[in-house]
Amino acid sequence: MIRQVAGTIFIFIGIGFDFLGVLGLVRLPDVYNRLQAATKCVTFGTAGLLLGVFILEGFTSFGFKALLGIAFVFLSSPVAAHAISRAAHRGRIPLAPETVVDMYRADQDAKS
Amino acid sequence: MKAIRWAVGLVILGALGYLNFFVFRAPLLVRLINVSLFSALFVLYRVVRGPSSADRIMAVDILGVLIIGMLALIGRFYKQGFFMDIALIWALLSFVASLAFAKILEGRRIDD
Repeated sequence: MIRQVAGTIFIFIGIGFDFLGVLGLVRLPDVYNRLQAATKCVTFGTAGLLLGVFILEGFTSFGFKALLGIAFVFLSSPVAAHAISRAAHRGRIPLAPETVVDMYRADQDAKS
Repeated sequence: MKAIRWAVGLVILGALGYLNFFVFRAPLLVRLINVSLFSALFVLYRVVRGPSSADRIMAVDILGVLIIGMLALIGRFYKQGFFMDIALIWALLSFVASLAFAKILEGRRIDD
């Protein structure tokens, strides 16, 4: 009984974070802002969802595959997000018009 | 113009939530899968509309993370174990694809 309740609560938290992250992906003005919102919220949301599925299933093959999925998402998603943001900044994709300062671009211009 | 866009978005979100949680008769897990499908719809809006190519790459990456969670829920609903295998393979392929696209966007070659 307590396992059912805890797993359902984790699944609800995961679905909620997924939805909020995707809302940030639609609403925010810039590539980098969208990347920040989407990556944090979707990673946490999907990890919570898989943790809820693991709690519901218990120590079966399905549950261990869910744990493996949590480990893989935690390892791979920040790496992909960092690569995409670095490539976007190197590829001169413009920032939002409300941006105040961009020190990384200033450093690169001073170096080259 | 801004008020009209806010109104359209709130009406769409309210209609989806009302139809999903109060009209549609199904088990709870099916309704949660529906919420995840709505999130995928918003991500597809960003894929189609996105101003730059980094937006599209990032949105496809986030779509992969969403599909992992959705496949875990679907496997929980049908009580089949092989959905989690599909989720793990999807995570691996999505990670490699987003890294490769980030390299292309940065202007380097694949075998660099």
